[in-house]
Amino acid sequence: MTGRGNPAEKEEGEYMERTMPRLRGSAKISSRRRRKRSEYRILLLMLVPGLLYFLVFHYLPIYGVAIAFKDFKITQGILGSEWAGFDYFRQAFEDERFYVVLRNTLLISLYKLAFGFPAPILFALLLNEVTRARFKKFVQTVSYMPYFISWVVLGGIVISFFSMDGPVNWALKLLGQEPVLMLGDDRYFRGVLVVTDVFQSFGWGSIIYFAAISGIDHQLYEAAVIDGAGRLKRAVYITIPMLAPVIVIMLILRMSHILDAGFDQIFNLYNPNVYDVADIIDTYVYRKGLTEMQYSYSTAIGLFKSAVALVLVVATNYIAKWMGGKDHTLW
Amino acid sequence: MGTMRKTAGEKTFDVFLYMLLAAITIVTIYPFWNQVALSISDDTSAYATGMLLFPKQVSLESYELVFQYRPIWIGYGNTILRTALGVSLSVFFTSLTAYPLSKRGLPGNKLFTSLILFTMLFNGGLIPNYFLIKNLGLYDTIWALVIPGMIGGFNVFVIRNFFRSIPESLEESAKIDGAGHLFIFRKIVIPLSKPVLATVALWVAVYHWNAWFDSLIYISDANKQVLQIVLRKIIVENNVEDINTILYKIGQKSDFSGRQLQATVIMFSLIPMLIVYPFVQKYFEKGIMLGAVKG
Repeated sequence: MTGRGNPAEKEEGEYMERTMPRLRGSAKISSRRRRKRSEYRILLLMLVPGLLYFLVFHYLPIYGVAIAFKDFKITQGILGSEWAGFDYFRQAFEDERFYVVLRNTLLISLYKLAFGFPAPILFALLLNEVTRARFKKFVQTVSYMPYFISWVVLGGIVISFFSMDGPVNWALKLLGQEPVLMLGDDRYFRGVLVVTDVFQSFGWGSIIYFAAISGIDHQLYEAAVIDGAGRLKRAVYITIPMLAPVIVIMLILRMSHILDAGFDQIFNLYNPNVYDVADIIDTYVYRKGLTEMQYSYSTAIGLFKSAVALVLVVATNYIAKWMGGKDHTLW
Repeated sequence: MGTMRKTAGEKTFDVFLYMLLAAITIVTIYPFWNQVALSISDDTSAYATGMLLFPKQVSLESYELVFQYRPIWIGYGNTILRTALGVSLSVFFTSLTAYPLSKRGLPGNKLFTSLILFTMLFNGGLIPNYFLIKNLGLYDTIWALVIPGMIGGFNVFVIRNFFRSIPESLEESAKIDGAGHLFIFRKIVIPLSKPVLATVALWVAVYHWNAWFDSLIYISDANKQVLQIVLRKIIVENNVEDINTILYKIGQKSDFSGRQLQATVIMFSLIPMLIVYPFVQKYFEKGIMLGAVKG
């Protein structure tokens, strides 16, 4: 249904033919063409602001990646700066720090995937078993809340929560353990990242699974009940298999974002003590570029990430299309 | 299923289920409640226990103090301004762009669609965008916050698809009466599209309300900072000296603990959200459905 203009176009053409019968002479034909052209002219004019916007704010910056191939100096501008070819890319691939950052990005993404992907599914399955509508609604509403809070505020809450005199360390002391400043500790920082990320997204992420579950034919459940299937059996043999396509699609789409390890969250929670485990591509690009002013180097790394991400998105979309049919992809 | 009697096993499962979900709910609410408790507590008890289910002494003093911290109100003003401006510009231009694209016969439709789609898949990155804003002279202005994200490809397609679902007969009969596209757009299509426009407006509003990074890198004048940045300074950068200095200057008590003040500041940003959220929550859910159903 997306973008297939041709059948509709033909229909429109036939419709025009039927309602405006061809009169003798070319006058009517050319006036029809004139009318259509002026109609399209207005439409195209309406499109101009939007196209201008995309051109300036999306395509012009793409041209700006030339910075990555030049020895960029602000005073000389993009055109005036010396050509550097792939020098900065070479620098990146020879930079030890780059591999640390790449490793962190992939690991953090994978950890978040391992815990954060099943969580909304399980939550949806559990909540689906609830029959009291008010309780269900309440739990759902509460679960969505963290999603609407920015990582500035949520970060502040996390920092307070995990601080030396915060609830987490209070609980640790109660259990006889030594209090630990987890947000400053290499060993625990990633754990905090994963846990708080799940906290923020499990509720919102469950919406799509709820929608999928509500689409399952009730008769399947009723038949299963008649056959004596209990709740667990019904969940395992009906709900989960019916959810499988959605789950696979969501998983594939998530893979396409694997290089985005969560800039907003990490930027607000990290500090130099944990750079070794928490520095991701986006935070590295930010520091190198805007604070250390290594513009060319930072742009090169950023371009690398965008290029890989593009390949990932296109590839995963094709895989999703191949597996699930046209309705589940981006286009 | 409601007329079925549950077996004993199922009843036990029910108990565990409700307990588990209640636990999840409590765990989700607790960090927020912790901040509430901290903010309404007396200065000293903030240090006393970490658990803080309820403060030993209730006091609204820290609220009074933060109330007098001007930068927060400046931040509020700037955030409200950017959100209002951002939402109106975004909804207007996005729908203006979606309308021509909703006509399948439009010459170049496929090309334009691909151009817009591509922007959803690839962008120039941080540095090129940064220099673009600077070179356009938008640095340190509200336009740097409001224009870059003005038209989102996803929103264009959502609105475009909705426009396509409007019966052509309405447009045809208007054309017969001599109406041009601008008229049709203004007087027919837009009024009928209120649901989708409201949903997009809401998405954009939340984006602007929570946005902080663009303000961080594009705004240098402290009087133009948005609320999130003011908060960030206090909460994340742990910089309560600013507040304490100002409070000291106006003759107020200036030795509030960092954590306690931060909790109050956090409440300042949470409370508006909590007030608005219940009313708009159902629009968000509907919105997800709109976005998920393509074609």
